[in-house]
Amino acid sequence: MNERSTAGDAWPRFTPVADHALLVSFGDAIADDTSAAVLGLDRALADSPPPGMAECVPALVNLLIDFDPVVTDHEQVRAHVERLLRTSSRGQAPGQLREVEVCYDEDFAPDLAAVARAVGLSIDDVVNNHRQAQYVVRMYGFAPGYAYLSGVPRAIQVPRKPAAVRGIAAGSVLIAGPQCLVSTLTMPTGWSIIGRSPTRILTPNERVPFLFAVGDTVRFVRIDRALYEARKATEREQAERERDLTEREQTERHA
Amino acid sequence: MREARLTVRSCGPLVSYQDGGRFGMMRFGVPASGPMDRLAHAAAHAALGRPQGATAIEISMGGLELACESGEVTCCIAGGDFHVLHSGVVAAPWGVRTLRAGDVLSVHPGRWGSWAYLAFAGELHCNHWAGHTATHSTSGLGGGMLASGAEVVVRDATVYEEKQGDLPVPDFARARSTIRVVLGPQSAQFGPEASAALLQESFAVTSAYDRMGMRLAGPALVLKDALSIPSEPVVRGSIQVGGDGVASILLADHQTMGGYPKIATIISSDIDGVSQLQPLDRLRFQAVSVDDGVRLARSHAMATRRFLEEVALRRVTLHDRLMQENLISGVVASSDAPTH
Repeated sequence: MNERSTAGDAWPRFTPVADHALLVSFGDAIADDTSAAVLGLDRALADSPPPGMAECVPALVNLLIDFDPVVTDHEQVRAHVERLLRTSSRGQAPGQLREVEVCYDEDFAPDLAAVARAVGLSIDDVVNNHRQAQYVVRMYGFAPGYAYLSGVPRAIQVPRKPAAVRGIAAGSVLIAGPQCLVSTLTMPTGWSIIGRSPTRILTPNERVPFLFAVGDTVRFVRIDRALYEARKATEREQAERERDLTEREQTERHA
Repeated sequence: MREARLTVRSCGPLVSYQDGGRFGMMRFGVPASGPMDRLAHAAAHAALGRPQGATAIEISMGGLELACESGEVTCCIAGGDFHVLHSGVVAAPWGVRTLRAGDVLSVHPGRWGSWAYLAFAGELHCNHWAGHTATHSTSGLGGGMLASGAEVVVRDATVYEEKQGDLPVPDFARARSTIRVVLGPQSAQFGPEASAALLQESFAVTSAYDRMGMRLAGPALVLKDALSIPSEPVVRGSIQVGGDGVASILLADHQTMGGYPKIATIISSDIDGVSQLQPLDRLRFQAVSVDDGVRLARSHAMATRRFLEEVALRRVTLHDRLMQENLISGVVASSDAPTH
């Protein structure tokens, strides 16, 4: 599959999406070099976007370029991408390293024991496997801030549950197969819940309120309950300060 | 500071604050959100001389009733064919009027249309998230939803007597029953019967319709193989087909990634019109080429611009119309006049 995704004339494949987008695919199955090609093109497009590009959205095996059809069209965008692929260097700049704190306490990790049983390890071994691995942000999807990380060690990979469980708290650390994510909203999930993080993936930054960029590397750092609670308390104080500040600004602006 | 304060007397589900949309954040899992009917939202602002993309209240089929408690402000309603009552008096579904303390405005669904917009000559006071007030309904991020008892505050509230009156509803702002699509990106995953069924048979809008999307009832669109694809970016207007062969149209608050194959994608010019269909309405799909899709997008953009310009200049009283004609002919005369 790796060979197929890089060799031959079949890739990249360009598929028009309605009148306003072009899907550029580098393979049809998830593989490291396919993902690297997606991220490489994503960076090249950030450096030199085609005229009329509205945004581009990197995913696992492909990337969507959304554009203004009044300004450009599929053929012009495709020609631009082909030029970029010929001229841009294959080597991609590594993303930033981000650390995410996790408390693996039992009440935060209702599925940890089941995961341990399923893979034949102790709970501690599952935790150590999880926190010692290095992850890469492959894409965002599902809901705002839901960053899909690859890199769950084979030793602790478990399939999705047959049915989703509702009302899972924001900040839950979830795994399914090779993927891991830290939820940002209370949502149903069929993934296994193995911890809770106080690290904000949805940040208070006004313009781009997200901790990760696609391509970033992520490491999990184990914290105890006391530190988790302290982080949450700080977050609450910050949120109150921001609220006060926003209200004051708005009042001043309209005074 | 002139301020108008209103209270929500009653409010159905999915009535929300929406600016023009939060574009450019799909890479973070965030769809643009914003109005379900972008044209009507733009028209409501244009009629008041407000900037495109300003915040308005999006009214769903659940309806909305507001009482003006204090202050006065001119507002505009546009979108669909809603029943509008201004202090008990029937008003046109699209039009500019002024609310004063004691007035009650009620907007409820009518013969066609699922979404109407209430814009104000002033600034609606609500939350921002990621630089916009557009509300993402599933997370509640953005300006937020309105609920019975809530207060609506309009700052810098202005009254424009001269802008009052009814607005035209152009044909291209109506609900559409023939929806133009470009096939794909996964049409190859479907058998020829599925493509034929998509284009030859009719579908019905079901009650499973919200800001995320619209589930359709119609012929099953059978996949050649049940294999799912790796999750990939989807857009507003994607027609995705579940394992059960049921088609859904993704709309303003769509998930940004999807693992279901998309048999076709609605062209941008037809999305406002499909959003204005009501449950049980029927629709048909018509395939167009990629090039025709681009051509239609360009002519739609031109028609939209012309319509919004017309709305911005609209006057209704004879006096105003005469004034406007004099003004225009005056301008023409002066620019055409030879220099003496």
